[in-house]
Amino acid sequence: MKELLTLFDGLVGFFNVGGLKMIAMWAIGGILIYLAIKKEMEPTLLLPIGFGAILMNFPGVIEEVADGVYEYHFVGETLETLYNAGIANELFPLILFIGIGAMIDFGPLLTNPKLMIFGAAAQFGIFFTLCMASVFFPEIKDAASIAIIGAADGPTSIVVANALGSNYVGAITVAAYSYMALVPIIQPPVIKALTTKNERKIRMAYNPQSVSKTTKILFPIVITIVACVFAPSAGSLIGFLMFGNLIRECGVLDSLSETAQKVLANLITIFLGITIAFNMTAEQFLSVPTLLIMGLGLVAFIVDTAGGVLFAKLFNVILKLLGKPPINPMIGAAGISAFPMSGRIVHKMGLEEDNQNFLLMHSIGVNVSGQIASVIAGALILGFFG
Amino acid sequence: MGNFTFDPMQFVTNLKWMGIGMLGVFMIVGIIMGSTYLIGYLTSRISVKKDNSEE
Repeated sequence: MKELLTLFDGLVGFFNVGGLKMIAMWAIGGILIYLAIKKEMEPTLLLPIGFGAILMNFPGVIEEVADGVYEYHFVGETLETLYNAGIANELFPLILFIGIGAMIDFGPLLTNPKLMIFGAAAQFGIFFTLCMASVFFPEIKDAASIAIIGAADGPTSIVVANALGSNYVGAITVAAYSYMALVPIIQPPVIKALTTKNERKIRMAYNPQSVSKTTKILFPIVITIVACVFAPSAGSLIGFLMFGNLIRECGVLDSLSETAQKVLANLITIFLGITIAFNMTAEQFLSVPTLLIMGLGLVAFIVDTAGGVLFAKLFNVILKLLGKPPINPMIGAAGISAFPMSGRIVHKMGLEEDNQNFLLMHSIGVNVSGQIASVIAGALILGFFG
Repeated sequence: MGNFTFDPMQFVTNLKWMGIGMLGVFMIVGIIMGSTYLIGYLTSRISVKKDNSEE
């Protein structure tokens, strides 16, 4: 009989450890799964995170540690092993960067390297949000970790928040991936508010100069050296990103490149998603700071977009003084890094204004430069507060 | 779990990080941009020399 009663331990424990909060977390998990399946918002990550959020919020096995003193072993505690093996030591995000590097074609950027400057400008949201977050979060490491949501790059957010020992890694990661998925909703109104119809109609000539294979091979090697010398904190992130790109571009490792882009990236994504949920216990997640983090994450994405567009408009003033043709200021918004959605949105908005206005190669060039610049911004944050 | 407060003066206090941070990003991206131009220039020079020697 006693053994049979243990079957109901979970139910007893559920009411002993704040069951309503846990039900709220199941609802949050359910919403994330719904958004992933029904709305196809970053399904590769939001679905495992949503399921993990449910898994993390069960009381599990009860153990009597002393007379009348019980200890609850939460079901999700098993995720701790994965968390320590892959996230606490930054392994999963770094390996994922190999896959991302193998997916990126730096060709459009190598054709027109000056586009990199827009990638830098669109990191403004990170530092603005750092100031905003410091108003609410007295510990600067927390404010800095929240600010890095503006990198619009999940692995960078995870690495920085973990390295700084933030108390809010779970909320930061969920915010980063959620807003990345919402880029098609967040960016267009900001871009439209800051540009005129005529500015959005500006066409940009594209000269597809052939980039030599040697250039494509040298690029990841040289960038890694530059990053390791001038921003050593970015060394590992940029190094893994560029290693993936070198595999892609070298021309003799097609099989490895394909594996990195598909199998490796998918495998790590599965573990990364469900493991992030380790930080999504009701106690940690259901709090005012989490709501603030969600709000500040949105601010970061909006200010990033605005920073990119306004910098491009400023660039146009300089081009006008030099008597050169203007650029379409919308491409500045693509520096937000969320690759490749942001680049595609700008291209689509250009076509909406003028069906012959093809901005894709320029916007993708800015988008990949945003990927590099966001890692550099993350490294600087680590350098300042790490 | 960390604390949270409301201290608007912190925004002004931390503005220096905005300046230093953006300057740092522009500087490093500028160096990467310069390196990229250099790679492009050197590789195109090499390929021109190769073409000339082949002729």
